[in-house]
Amino acid sequence: MNKILGILGLLIVVCLATTLGNPRFLSPGNVENLIRLTALFGLISVGVAFVIITGGIDLSIGSTIALTGCLLAMFLEVDYVPREVPTTVTEVRTEPRAVVLSGDAGDLAKGDRLHVPTGVPGKFRFLTVDSVATEQDRTVAAVVESPSIVSAGGKVTVAKLHHMNVILAVALVLAISVGIGVLHGVLITKVRLQPFVVTLCGLLFYRGYARYLTNEQTQHFDASLEGLKYLASGQPFQVPIPFLRWIGDGSWSRFLWDPTAGKHALDAQGNLIPLDMIAWVAVPMPVIIMLVVAVLAAVFLNRTIYGRYLLALGRNEQAARYSGINTDRMTILAYVICSVLAGVAGILFALDLNLIQPASHANFYELYAISAAVLGGCSLRGGEGAILGVLIGAAVMRVLSNSIVLLGISTHLEFAIIGLVLLAGVIADEMVKRYAARRRAKHEAVLAEKGA
Amino acid sequence: MTGESTANDRRPPLLEVRGVSKRFPGVQALADVSLSLGCGEVLALIGENGAGKSTLMKILAGVQSPDAGEILLDGRAIRIDSVRAAQAHGIALIHQELNLADNLDVGANLFLGREPRTAIGLIDRRRIERESVEILRRVGLDVSPNTIVGTLSIGYQQMVEIAKALSANARILIMDEPTSSLTSGEAARLFDVIKDLRGRGVSIIYISHRLGEVNELADRVTVFRDGRHAGDLAREEISHDAMVRLMVGRDLAQFYARTIHTPGEAVLEVDALRVAPRGRHAVSLAIHSGEIVGMAGLVGAGRTELLEAIFGVRPPLLGTVRVAGNPLRLDSPVGPIAAGVALVPEDRKLQGLVLEMSVRQNISLANLHRQATRGWLDASGERRLAAEMIDRLHVRTPNDQQIVHYLSGGNQQKVVLGKWLALRPRVLLLDEPTRGVDVGAKHEIYRIMEQLAADGVAVLFVSSDMEEVLGMSDRALVMHEGRITGELARADLSEEAIMQLATGRDVSVGRKPAAAETARNK
Repeated sequence: MNKILGILGLLIVVCLATTLGNPRFLSPGNVENLIRLTALFGLISVGVAFVIITGGIDLSIGSTIALTGCLLAMFLEVDYVPREVPTTVTEVRTEPRAVVLSGDAGDLAKGDRLHVPTGVPGKFRFLTVDSVATEQDRTVAAVVESPSIVSAGGKVTVAKLHHMNVILAVALVLAISVGIGVLHGVLITKVRLQPFVVTLCGLLFYRGYARYLTNEQTQHFDASLEGLKYLASGQPFQVPIPFLRWIGDGSWSRFLWDPTAGKHALDAQGNLIPLDMIAWVAVPMPVIIMLVVAVLAAVFLNRTIYGRYLLALGRNEQAARYSGINTDRMTILAYVICSVLAGVAGILFALDLNLIQPASHANFYELYAISAAVLGGCSLRGGEGAILGVLIGAAVMRVLSNSIVLLGISTHLEFAIIGLVLLAGVIADEMVKRYAARRRAKHEAVLAEKGA
Repeated sequence: MTGESTANDRRPPLLEVRGVSKRFPGVQALADVSLSLGCGEVLALIGENGAGKSTLMKILAGVQSPDAGEILLDGRAIRIDSVRAAQAHGIALIHQELNLADNLDVGANLFLGREPRTAIGLIDRRRIERESVEILRRVGLDVSPNTIVGTLSIGYQQMVEIAKALSANARILIMDEPTSSLTSGEAARLFDVIKDLRGRGVSIIYISHRLGEVNELADRVTVFRDGRHAGDLAREEISHDAMVRLMVGRDLAQFYARTIHTPGEAVLEVDALRVAPRGRHAVSLAIHSGEIVGMAGLVGAGRTELLEAIFGVRPPLLGTVRVAGNPLRLDSPVGPIAAGVALVPEDRKLQGLVLEMSVRQNISLANLHRQATRGWLDASGERRLAAEMIDRLHVRTPNDQQIVHYLSGGNQQKVVLGKWLALRPRVLLLDEPTRGVDVGAKHEIYRIMEQLAADGVAVLFVSSDMEEVLGMSDRALVMHEGRITGELARADLSEEAIMQLATGRDVSVGRKPAAAETARNK
């Protein structure tokens, strides 16, 4: 508990210092961005915390994120299946852009394409359908591109948009993450390899395999996958926070501030632009997912016997085994939790960025996660850790990297600063621990003296 | 001999310990302890487990520092704040667990940390070899300096350790239970060396549980009890009874409070169990309901391994274990625990307890799954259980939230017992149940064992403490090198009988070294 207060204090200090240095830190947009990133990194930090609690480590998280992200993008790669019979174009409209097709165009839908032959066999140009309407018994397909490449009376071939079922794709990716966790756990408990070595091999393998599978091509998601993207970028509700705009957007005033000009912004009439006192900050979906995961994780760790088993075996695996606990099974479970959360984060990171470079996506993320867990009170010796602390640790990491940008510190220093903060954190923790032990010993000696 | 020691009395003693105290979290290990050692004297230091002998020796060897008191060498106060300082003062500790690099050869071990160098700074191997031969001859050890230490028997390794101490010009040798893992031949050889060293003016502090040995070797005996100096015995006062009386501090019959019950049917049946690393020998035994069976033997005889196999932490190679007639699955402790087998392991800090967890959490650890409904922790059940066990076992702790690490050894052991008693075991296995435990707690542990036996539990305990085996057993099994070499009914129990079986020889330990010495002197 003291540890959590300590790390919370650190978070508040960093936030305050950054706000004083640059009020834009508290602008609603920045806050939204921060909590979204904290949620994404929080997921993997909670995951690795479970592994660290068992006294292990998982170095493969970044690579797992890259692999699951690439796999999801590849599973959901879209394909256009042309119909066998071409359709006749009855009319072409330019304002707004639309192509009118004769007869019933069947299940033509948004995202489908109209293939336009070019005269050269096997070569065609296409128009992307934006929306479909029916006029009498004709189909009007609004299109994205200029429809001038077709003319009335010409022929087009309807090509249906096709991709794997989204739920199936997500389930597959999560199943693969479970498999990765089981593999790690079994290698560590049954084959008795060291966690460091097993997950180091994982770090190399998953990254390498992702690069091979994608042929090093940048992956992205088709615009039609809106429902899925909602998971990463959806904002189901907003929360009101007072004064945020006055500080963040107004630079401690009630009017909009122009940071580049270094003065208040003026509207066309030369008046100051007033700001609302209440800012509505959107809560992104990842935050909600992370909160659900965190609550489940905390309940699991503190209110079930399995959480107790994890803590016990992390402190002393042998004593746990001698107490009849199936320590192997519990350890495997911890690695599965870690990999699944890496997989969930992998899906969200991929959707969030929508641009996955297999070689560099999520590089070093395992180190961010481990740092957050350690900063949040986990001991790499095992047996120690609280979910709340880990989340605050993740927040500190995000705030730090945000502060570095906002305070104009060279971003090249980011790793250096994070390293120093982490070092200072563990030194402080060690000092507090020693001080407590000394005080305790002294207290005992005094008691003994009185007794004697 | 007697003439020598009176001569010593006039000069200041070589080593004097005055009023030393040492406190560990939860326990006063030493309280105002004094001791003196003359030149060329063998001082036996005896006491029950947890009496503070090892702590004092660690202080003398510079491993730990005292909270109070002073240490005088040749009448001058000295500070021993590191192992190196102890060595510089000529004090060497020969540990129970030997401190040799067993991957290196004998010569390298003898000169470890002070290797002679050649002109260009490389290790002077030829000089090491030459001097090693000389040093080894002094302890009568006939091995080549190029022998890898790991290939030597324990007895030989101990001689190497002694040679190493002597080569560093040690004047005071402290030996902590040196014979606990030696065969009788090796022990006899060690006694020869000790007597020879005494003759050359080396002083020896000899710690042992084997009163027969003490009787044979010691010029004087100092007895510790509960971290305090309980008394001294001069050469002519040394006798088994006198030593035990000082060690226990009360009448023996009262200390080992035993009521002999009529054993019921066999609860634990071990049939032709073969356990690594001694799979050559099959072990069979049966323990009956209401019976307390002691298991004696030298360190390394395979007793711990046998208990571990029965408990499922060391899967046996072959053989079966049955509890109440039902064979157990022995690939993990889950099966044996479910069948009602509990093990109080040898190393309670490593295997018995999660030291950083609370008393409550340790007591409940093996019971959580019984109390839980669908995996949810039963917090109030956990509290109740802890309260019940703390009360029943008289665990001295401020509350059930106390971290176990801060309890004394005896109370820690009671927590381990509490964890198992909550399961209502049918078979209780105990491995060195009173090691590092003070006399009071020891008495209570015996009381609990007795009470469990009265309730019909089958109790099997392993102990290297001879008095404990003699005092607590309804019958005793003795192991030697992986085999059960004999069984002694309570009426036939004696230190000599046990040692004969434990060393696998039909020769009394007490006689043999004396004979060997005469042979040498001729």
